[in-house]
Amino acid sequence: MNAVRAMRGKAMPYEPIVKLPGALRVPPNLADYAAGRAAFTWEAARAELDGLPGGRGLNIAHEAVDRHARGALAGKVALRWLGKAGAVDALTFARLAAESSRFANALRGLGIGAGDRVFALTGRIPQLYFAALGAWKNRSVLCTLFSAFGPEPIRMRMALGEAAALVTTESLYRKKIAQIRGELPALRHVLVVREGGALPEGTLDFDALLAGQSDAFEIPPTDPEDMALLHFTSGTTGTPKGAVHVHAAVIAHHVTGKLALDLHPDDIFWCTADPGWVTGTSYGIIAPLSLGVTSIVDEADFDPERWYEILAREKVSVWYTAPTAIRMMMKAGADLARRQPLPSLRFLSSVGEPLNPEAVRWGVEAFGLPFHDNWWQTETGGIMVANFAAMDIRPGSMGKPLPGIEAAVVQQDGDGALTVLEAPGVEGELALKRGWPSIFRDYLGQPERYAKCFVGDWYLTGDLARRDADGYFWFVGRKDDVIKTSGHLIGPFEVESVLMEHPAVAEAGVIGKPDPVAFEVVKAFVSLRAGHEPSEALAREIMAHARRRLGAVVAPKEISFSPSLPKTRSGKIMRRLLKARELGLPEGDISTLEAGS
Amino acid sequence: MTNDEIKAKVLAALAAVAPELEPDQLAPGANLRDELDIDSMDALNFLVGLSKAFGIDVPEADYRKLSTLDAIVGYVAARIGKR
Repeated sequence: MNAVRAMRGKAMPYEPIVKLPGALRVPPNLADYAAGRAAFTWEAARAELDGLPGGRGLNIAHEAVDRHARGALAGKVALRWLGKAGAVDALTFARLAAESSRFANALRGLGIGAGDRVFALTGRIPQLYFAALGAWKNRSVLCTLFSAFGPEPIRMRMALGEAAALVTTESLYRKKIAQIRGELPALRHVLVVREGGALPEGTLDFDALLAGQSDAFEIPPTDPEDMALLHFTSGTTGTPKGAVHVHAAVIAHHVTGKLALDLHPDDIFWCTADPGWVTGTSYGIIAPLSLGVTSIVDEADFDPERWYEILAREKVSVWYTAPTAIRMMMKAGADLARRQPLPSLRFLSSVGEPLNPEAVRWGVEAFGLPFHDNWWQTETGGIMVANFAAMDIRPGSMGKPLPGIEAAVVQQDGDGALTVLEAPGVEGELALKRGWPSIFRDYLGQPERYAKCFVGDWYLTGDLARRDADGYFWFVGRKDDVIKTSGHLIGPFEVESVLMEHPAVAEAGVIGKPDPVAFEVVKAFVSLRAGHEPSEALAREIMAHARRRLGAVVAPKEISFSPSLPKTRSGKIMRRLLKARELGLPEGDISTLEAGS
Repeated sequence: MTNDEIKAKVLAALAAVAPELEPDQLAPGANLRDELDIDSMDALNFLVGLSKAFGIDVPEADYRKLSTLDAIVGYVAARIGKR
């Protein structure tokens, strides 16, 4: 109970940001949190969708594009694509429906069918969206990969996911796929978006293939429980985990887009996340399309000035971005943000890692609007805990559970039984009661790892949190060694495995080192084999190896040499101890430490 | 400082964040973010490295001007010339 007293004694470091729902320019979808929560049912949420005609089930692509393309929204811009070099393409719902049907017909022609995994490794180009929606129409399973991954994370995920087809670009194929293709025997077809060069051998021309297809495709009957999406995430040990999501997830995407992001039909919405990550598919593709809202898709990478120009020129009204980007914008200064008026902007939201109170408040300084942090993860498929438009913000808190979501702070006892910690302020594991439509249904091919995530009806998130007396949840840390960096989860084992491939490396231990911008950065500790001496040149050589294999987002940003690494008696590297040493913290119980290290 | 000397120091700062870089394969006019697969943290660290290497302050507002090797060399030459 010491923890309780300690928390109660702690003054709230930042004053709440008080909301006056009546004063908001657009009446919020969730005007009264308690009333909205009491009235909510998932059945009513499902009723906002159409379902396939003739009662043939539920399919994400039908809800996202086909139903709009057949109605009043056919000519409305669904995605406004902004190319790196200044090109603009306004893709209407009708056009998206037609292009995705062409892709579905192409898949069918290639013998790719229901349940087959269709991978995408591209930048944010229109073809990615055609492929995603077309894969769902064909009842294939979409798996998007972040294009900054190196060849090894790509190979690993495609092998685990048994990729049958891949959509990629000419340059990504040459840089990352050509060298691993021989190791992917299940991969039957590679469709390449050309960039002006010759078509690589053994691939198909994406655009030419689609041009020859009919733009009509009737979605076959789709069970809401049919697998639709595969998103890889990282654990502490072992291989990445492929979280399986089903077509019914669209119910949650739709309704959370409305309640947590406050999306209204006339909004211009910009979700800056890449579809290679779950945020970029759930909220960069599915939610806004299902709601009939126009989205901005920017092909270019983060650049503060470009972003401010986009917010102004495109009249963005609802903006969903990430803490790392916000903190980089803070570094660039509020003056840059204020250079152009942004009269259309009305709601700012953030996800990826906890948004620090300073960043929440910086939104007010720079845009006259606070950032609304929310919390969810790959496994949950959609936003679970959020700061809402009409609810006071406690800066630094992730907010309150969405209507339809029951969240609790729990503790697992030695015998595996679960205790719900009801007292406010007590730290424990954040758990969610299963029953919402976008919860993952499995880790592909790893049912035992999936089963470990549940105790009874509770899904254990692996995040540590506390709940205050008024029901706001606060992120405390991770229960495991997974690293949160720039909004991505990185598994230390995946990084260590690649470091160990280097001939000079004997052992490697990888941790998340706290960072003011990225939340954490990947830092590696390595011990060297006999005959190798620590040097700056060797550190660079090892880093170069890791970056070539893993890509910049996964590879360590720092490498430190150590004569030996602390291990348990069973030989496991003690990452927690490495982290404690890095931070200069007490090293805790080291009784299981290997003698001599 | 000649442009070649500037270029060598710029490449050294770049190699500190992206040691896999092979300088001779880098076209002077190519977009660094696209060619090198560097992420936003690398870009930030590179600019911090540039500031240190030349003793100049690179404001975030200037980041856009620094998309290619040629552009960076030109930027640095102008900045140190002004001191």
